Amino acid sequence: MSAAIEIEDLSKQFRLYNEKYASLKERVIHGGKMPYEPFWALQNVSADINEGETYGILGRNGSGKSTLLKCVAGILKPTSGEVRVRGKLAAMLELGAGMQQELSGRDNIYMNGSLLGLSRSEITRRFDDIVAFAELEQFIDNQVKYYSSGMYVRLGFAVAVNVEPDVLLVDEVLAVGDAAFQRKCLDHVKRFQQEGRTIVVVSHATDVIRQNCERVMVLNHGQVIANDEVGEGIRVFLADLLGVGMSDGEGPEIAHGSNVLALGTVRAEHPGSGSRPHLYPGESLTVTAEIDSLAPVPDAIGGIAIYDDRNELVFASDPDDPLYQVDIPIGGGIMRFDFAEVPLLDGTYSISVNVRSLSRPAVFDLKDQVTQFEVANPGRATGRVRLPLNVSLRLRSSGNTGEVPVVRPVEVGAESSII
Amino acid sequence: MSIGSAEPIAVEPDPGDPTRSVTVDRALPADQRPLTVVNAKVRIGQRLKDIWTCRELLVLLVRTDLKIKYKSSILGYLWSMLNPALVLAIYFVIFNIISKNGIPQFAIWLFSGLIVWNLFNNAAMTATGVVVGRAGIVKKVAFPRELLALSTVGVAIVLFVIQVGVLILALLVFSHQPSYQFLVLLPLAIVALIIFTSAISIFLSAVNVYLRDTQHLTEVLLMAWFWSIPVVYPYGLVASGLGKFRYVYLADPITPIVMTFERAIYGKTTYIYPAGSTTSHELLPAWGLGPYALLLLVMLVVSIALFFLAMVVFGRLEGNFAEEL
Repeated sequence: MSAAIEIEDLSKQFRLYNEKYASLKERVIHGGKMPYEPFWALQNVSADINEGETYGILGRNGSGKSTLLKCVAGILKPTSGEVRVRGKLAAMLELGAGMQQELSGRDNIYMNGSLLGLSRSEITRRFDDIVAFAELEQFIDNQVKYYSSGMYVRLGFAVAVNVEPDVLLVDEVLAVGDAAFQRKCLDHVKRFQQEGRTIVVVSHATDVIRQNCERVMVLNHGQVIANDEVGEGIRVFLADLLGVGMSDGEGPEIAHGSNVLALGTVRAEHPGSGSRPHLYPGESLTVTAEIDSLAPVPDAIGGIAIYDDRNELVFASDPDDPLYQVDIPIGGGIMRFDFAEVPLLDGTYSISVNVRSLSRPAVFDLKDQVTQFEVANPGRATGRVRLPLNVSLRLRSSGNTGEVPVVRPVEVGAESSII
Repeated sequence: MSIGSAEPIAVEPDPGDPTRSVTVDRALPADQRPLTVVNAKVRIGQRLKDIWTCRELLVLLVRTDLKIKYKSSILGYLWSMLNPALVLAIYFVIFNIISKNGIPQFAIWLFSGLIVWNLFNNAAMTATGVVVGRAGIVKKVAFPRELLALSTVGVAIVLFVIQVGVLILALLVFSHQPSYQFLVLLPLAIVALIIFTSAISIFLSAVNVYLRDTQHLTEVLLMAWFWSIPVVYPYGLVASGLGKFRYVYLADPITPIVMTFERAIYGKTTYIYPAGSTTSHELLPAWGLGPYALLLLVMLVVSIALFFLAMVVFGRLEGNFAEEL
């Protein structure tokens, strides 16, 4: 498979000015020099994006992912390195960029199409399609300034998808608009995929990346920390996100430095399901985590969290409940989390495990989304959780029995013990 | 038992999706598609080629600029003539009626130089703010950004053409005879003027992104520049004052173009004032075609050099436009 985009050793430096002297007076006063700190938005980024592949670029805000996309699109020039793009490229960085308020929708279609690289005759040929797609037949000769924001975005999108590029760059625009519009966007992305076009999606949302991409590059502070198959990439991203997020003071600090205690292999087991590789809803689940400890930790608390395949939290144990406290001796052991029943419906769920201190706001170690388990529902109930449910009927006039409870309380929780 | 890592979730083709049957519109096989390279280097040849490829966009930019400019005004395009007409009237009243400079058919003299200046002035003034003004597309769309500066030159050319139309009308009304022999120089003068104007416009549009003073500075400098070229007053007036240094005055790149226009359209090199006397005043050098053509050629070469210089500066500065705006 040949590469549609080759990114070779790309670096981009921005200058962070302490104070921006944009006027001549200030420039003269400071002797023409402006104090700045070099800031590397991208550092030695390399990647080959294959023909026909849907490739994700994942990173937190400020990780350099949009800068990378702008370099690929040719909007920013890299400081060093090179990007080679084979074929016609269209970048959807902002829908309706360059729309002129004073002009009609018709004129703006020509303007926008030309900016995206279409010739006049190509636009004329696709004009009716664009108008139909944007559902703006009645308003096409009105000035754009009278359009609603929805109409505006629809027009921008209609032009962008009609460019029929070989390589499409998408920057989180899929998150714009109402649900119906998002659906339309995703349908188009799917069609482009089926037609073998190359798509690069930039996002900080793991579910967008997971649903659409085959491979993903994970950026952190301008550096590539993963360039891998999507599942592995997202795992790296989440581990990085949580690690960094906690040291930013937003949560308890991970006491990696102390190295008193380290988590090893985490396993999910469900002996109750026999040879089946998946659970049925309501079956029991046991998670074990190996612990190595250099010193005795008497006030350790085992924590466990379960995420669904859209990376939403399904359950996290109470971090302060003394019920989950374990006394870890020197050398450690294997921590066990027993769920008496898992009342979840279909899906692949991932498990995070941590060990923290009861008395201090410190996390000894965290293993984030390191193992998965799958639940397959043999019945026809749908949704996320199988709530225990009884349905019964009481005769209206008999009056000889009390009320039959309709819902039994759910017990979701984990008890931990040390073996 | 342990369960392995999750498989990537493949996008299932939706069998009900009507867009599935759309025929694939792929013009070229992979190895024949154009290769776009983005790197730190500035290759002027490539940039000029890109500008040429996007000429339709340039035309569209000019067209929409004009449309927006006169869209919500009642008189519309008439303003493109009313404005210079008013300027013309003011200078005529002040210099010909009040201070009696004695140049016969002064309006024609004034107009023939003023249209040259108007082209340059209109383009340079609007070009200075154009990249900053269109930050929206500069930050979000990839296209040769020189087009923005060139579009202001395009708009100025359109207004120039309209004014030339009015000038021709004026020549007919006043039955003024241009110097037909010198008219052949006008195409050369116009080409040189457009290249020079483009160079200055491209340069100013890029510099203003980094140094926002440029806009105000340009306004002041352009006003000073206007009074330094022989539009309102004749070349002869300056030449007699400068004596043997008179040729220094010709170093201003706009001056030879203005003089060529005046020589060709106004047609005379001297005038007699006061009427009835024999005192002859110099308007323009009484050269033949040769020296005028030579001046223009030098000016053309300088303009082309300036154009490449402006492209280099623009190319250097352009890399961070999206960041600076």
